[in-house]
Amino acid sequence: MSKRIIGPFNRVEGDLEVRLDLDAERVKQAHISATMYRGFEKILQGRPAYDAITVTPRICGICSVSQSVATAAALSDALGIHPSPNGQLGVNLVHAAENLADHLTHFYLFFMPDFARASYAGKPWFAHTERRFAAHAGLGGKELLVARARLLNITGILAGKWPHTLAIQPGGLTRSLDEGSKMRLLSVLSDVRTFLEETLYGMSLERVADLDDRKALDRALDAAIDFGADLGQFATLARDLELEGLGAGYARFMSFGAYQHEGAALFAAGVVEEGQHHALNPDAFSEDMQSSWLAGEVSHPTDGVTEPYADREGAYTWCKAPRVQGQPVEVGAVARQLVTGHSLITQLVGKGGANVFTRIISRLVESARIVISMEDWAQRIEPLAPVNTEDQPVGGRGGIGTGLVEAARGSLGHWVRIEQGHIRQYQIIAPTTWNFSPRDQDGVPGPVEFALQGTPVTDDDKSAVAVQHVVRSFDPCMACTVH
Amino acid sequence: MSALTAEDRGMLAALKAFGVNMLWHPALSIETGHEALEIFEDVKTGRTELDALCIEGSVLRGPGGTGKFQMLSGTDRSMADWITDLCARARYVVAVGTCSAFGGLPMAGGNLTDACGLQYEGDDAGGLLGRDFKSKGGLPVINIAGCAPHPDWITETLGLLATVRLNAEQLDTFGRPRFFANHLAHHGCSRNEYYEFKASATQFSHLGCLMENLGCKATQAAGDCNLRSWNGSMGSCPDAGFPCVACTSPGFETPSDAFQETAKRAGIPIGLPVDMPKAWFIALAALSKSATPQRVQSNAQSDHVVIPPARDGDDT
Repeated sequence: MSKRIIGPFNRVEGDLEVRLDLDAERVKQAHISATMYRGFEKILQGRPAYDAITVTPRICGICSVSQSVATAAALSDALGIHPSPNGQLGVNLVHAAENLADHLTHFYLFFMPDFARASYAGKPWFAHTERRFAAHAGLGGKELLVARARLLNITGILAGKWPHTLAIQPGGLTRSLDEGSKMRLLSVLSDVRTFLEETLYGMSLERVADLDDRKALDRALDAAIDFGADLGQFATLARDLELEGLGAGYARFMSFGAYQHEGAALFAAGVVEEGQHHALNPDAFSEDMQSSWLAGEVSHPTDGVTEPYADREGAYTWCKAPRVQGQPVEVGAVARQLVTGHSLITQLVGKGGANVFTRIISRLVESARIVISMEDWAQRIEPLAPVNTEDQPVGGRGGIGTGLVEAARGSLGHWVRIEQGHIRQYQIIAPTTWNFSPRDQDGVPGPVEFALQGTPVTDDDKSAVAVQHVVRSFDPCMACTVH
Repeated sequence: MSALTAEDRGMLAALKAFGVNMLWHPALSIETGHEALEIFEDVKTGRTELDALCIEGSVLRGPGGTGKFQMLSGTDRSMADWITDLCARARYVVAVGTCSAFGGLPMAGGNLTDACGLQYEGDDAGGLLGRDFKSKGGLPVINIAGCAPHPDWITETLGLLATVRLNAEQLDTFGRPRFFANHLAHHGCSRNEYYEFKASATQFSHLGCLMENLGCKATQAAGDCNLRSWNGSMGSCPDAGFPCVACTSPGFETPSDAFQETAKRAGIPIGLPVDMPKAWFIALAALSKSATPQRVQSNAQSDHVVIPPARDGDDT
């Protein structure tokens, strides 16, 4: 038995420490530590209700819009406001732009550079991987940054800037629209489609989005390799390194459903356990503080507190342990595509858990689906229709509201209680809080802690490179975790 | 993360243009864990020379002065201690964002984490490093304020450091580079005609000026946000219909009223342009309100232009 501590664990958003107990060159158990506490929920208490719109995006510089959308949804729910359908299209476009930017950033800048590590120098695919993905220098990363900046022009058009917009309000969008802005959106989306088809996939978005079984996937991956697309490079090294055998998670997934418009969601909400679909039941959520430097007992987020208790015995992280009916769940693109019944992802995951390969493929399939939907939403914008329903002043009103949305990294929930126009209580469960949660009162490890068990780490592999692949396959955002 | 969109070609290309070699970045570099710590140790002991140290995020000194609210992962040492050590070695120290400049949002609500900036705690000089701190290059902490700062403020400041050198005169009284801080966020606002006539929006999505009712502080906030615009020059806060919250200012996190409402006394906004006599402002506002064209008045409270400008040759 030996121990290994990896920190600062970088190419993730925020502060992360991974502690490993190794036995026979494999991870026997892992402990995940979030090493920062900021107290955003307590900062919100006593503030005017709509101040949350300014405060919560600033939890994170990378999932900022997701926090806005969750806040607006929670306030709408609490105060009985219905966003305008036209504004909702704009909100979806801004939200989708951020989520897509996050998926692409993850692939090019966070996940793939590990395969350009010197330890892979003997591999036949190394030279090309290094040319495309080496940290700071890879051509793929540079091309991505140009495409990403262009993609985020959508936030300039509809939300003024990225990150930290206030454009997303309970009644819709603050940015009035005209024919010109609609054309600019379509122009940006055309450039985004070109980058994805010509650089990332080497095929049409529709072909990626419609992949329906493993055979079709294998043919598409071969086509991407022939084309010289970045997806092909991932396929080559994933097959060689057998990434499907790495990082198997719990066979329990959750999605809150994403991109609402006129009463329907593009991606459905629910829970999938060992291949069985169940309805989402937020009443069954709880937050456990057993391993967290936080005071308090297991509670539902409506009544939850986030009170620092740095001396808590046995605690090893600032992250809580959220559970559904007492059980940990995995969230993210693979959960979203599984819950919404995408046939390829359903077949790949089967009755088991996700792995490094399926997590990456799910993000890439989802990215294609998102852009196709963004084009549709942009077409459906009515330039002269209202973007924001007429808000009544909050005044002395009160209410209890829940905002459940999907960030790039998975399910994001805001729970708010408003009294006399002011925030009495605010709780947030971020996607990475679900995935990177610590052990609960039953000693059950969080999803990443579980997925790391059995990961090979040889004695001379000081960087524990397989551990890096597993952890980054979840795309953690520790900044949101330690709100 | 804002910085990644710099100059519409990405931070890497933007920095390369100024000859900046990035030693380590938490989101971008390959070195992780012990590999990253070796880089920090080499800087700490002077084996590696560091031209500029960029710090993002407030320094969290709590609980009880231990710094445990923010430990550097993998070291059992507080970030505050690490920052103090590395700042002693860096030629220039750059605070990227209002949090590391002035303390920022974590200071709101009673400052539960004992947060501060590198050289300020709100608008009080001091912070982590103390009011008299100067880095080896002879400058106080350079504060690229903003929540988030414009990506190009970051690359251009680093470019200035790498090429022509910054001197103290190029920084304002809060250590912000003057090339953006000498402007008001209001300059170049696309709603300027509405501002001139005090034709004000009353609801979000209206075209009118956001200052009178909806909390806009752009006439008091440092920044060239509306001159250079954001994300491909496609927008800005007021352009997109929501108020400037003065995110480049110390203390922006604790406004005197709600962020989205204008604080008023006797019906008059308390936050007027600071260098204009209040009585004159009110007199001019009253005058311009009485001269407001119907077009401007109607459009101000609509989400699209209902009366287009009349021009020579129009039938009116």
